[in-house]
Amino acid sequence: MGKILTRMGDGSRVEMTAAEIQQDLEAAAQDAAERANVPSLTDDEIKYLLDLYKCKDRVVGVEEGKECCLTYDNMTSKIKRAHIPISKIQQLLLFERGLGADTLELAHIDYSFKQCKHVVQYEKPNMEQAVLQTIAPIFYGSMPNLGLYSVPDGPVANPGDMLPLGKIEESKEAFEQMAEYAIKDMVYVGSELYEKAGADGINFDTTAAAGDAEFYAALKAAEILHDKYPDMGIEMGMSGEFILGLHSEIEYNGVRLAGLYPQDQVKLAEQAGVTIFGPAINIGTNESLPWNLARSIVFTKACSEAAEIPIHANLGMGVGGVPLTLTPPLDALSRASKAHVELCRLDGL
Amino acid sequence: MGGIRTAGDLVARLQLNRGMRIDAAKKYVAEKLGVSVLDLSDTVVMSEVREELDIGRVNETPAVAKGIDAKFRIAELLDLAINCVNMFKERVGIRAYQSFD
Repeated sequence: MGKILTRMGDGSRVEMTAAEIQQDLEAAAQDAAERANVPSLTDDEIKYLLDLYKCKDRVVGVEEGKECCLTYDNMTSKIKRAHIPISKIQQLLLFERGLGADTLELAHIDYSFKQCKHVVQYEKPNMEQAVLQTIAPIFYGSMPNLGLYSVPDGPVANPGDMLPLGKIEESKEAFEQMAEYAIKDMVYVGSELYEKAGADGINFDTTAAAGDAEFYAALKAAEILHDKYPDMGIEMGMSGEFILGLHSEIEYNGVRLAGLYPQDQVKLAEQAGVTIFGPAINIGTNESLPWNLARSIVFTKACSEAAEIPIHANLGMGVGGVPLTLTPPLDALSRASKAHVELCRLDGL
Repeated sequence: MGGIRTAGDLVARLQLNRGMRIDAAKKYVAEKLGVSVLDLSDTVVMSEVREELDIGRVNETPAVAKGIDAKFRIAELLDLAINCVNMFKERVGIRAYQSFD
């Protein structure tokens, strides 16, 4: 067999031999397994992935019967970014009736809860009208985005300025203050959209991008919302496979958050009342897609096996074995989707 | 799964609001709809089933459920509380449907 055409993590084309692909698959799987202290891929799973790359079909799909549900992030901004001048409600109808979306998500173009707070009075009528016209379940989605709560964007002293000066305790206190502000905003926006506008659920997207304090804030907000509204759907999508310890000691229910991998993240999400969890495994742009996919499968499979709630892995630009590019190629996206769903027994993407 | 072209929206509701994993959610919906699990992703079967149950479908015809009215039926069919349906009932004072309580 000649060379196999695949891609690097940045999307650029690369030709590899089958032996080179197998070597990348095995190396990445071993690396991920050691990092997260979870099982590596079996020989059969390595062969499955190798066959997936040997297959010359441009687009692949899951076996019949293994179809899963899709949830989205920042749905109504996708059309806006393409500068198609239609309203957010029209966009939701387009996704539901034109594109066959399983779920819908209303979102503000400035996709952070802090920014949504300012426009919540304008988002509620959109949601109220959207739920009258659509059939699929609707989330209101946004990001915790803890960074917006520190100087110069917010009221709290910036830990990024204090850490280089050795002000460790002051930095921790700043992160804790930021978390408290974020919790208030997430609970406020979530409550308004659910209780007063009829949303089916709330989506915390790109959670923990600012590290362990942000993960804490999202978990706490989910817990408060779940206690207030036990029937509320709560999705939590992550930003990376590893919780950065920028605070380093913050805990949720007695568990230190810094350094947690997806199989431990999901257990805390369950405790908080989250109903759908989305692990996100980042791409290495200078590694091949087989390397990236094998690595993502190891983390995601361990998460899915540990979970009692549905797992919707993040697959998109720069996560889940999909290249970091604004226009993800179908060959890469469909291979990553098929492999994740079939090897990790996913509930959705 | 295909959203309202199939039963994707229904399975998603069970995941979202009951935290059910995909196999359990599909089995639940299939039983409530009286179809096989495989049928849930079949656009041909589900188009007919959705028309018969009047729970909304892509190719709308006049006088069939399109939005909140479809969700009233879905709530009853799946025995599932749907937030906007309950809110609608509250706002217009609907108390009559025992199965919606």
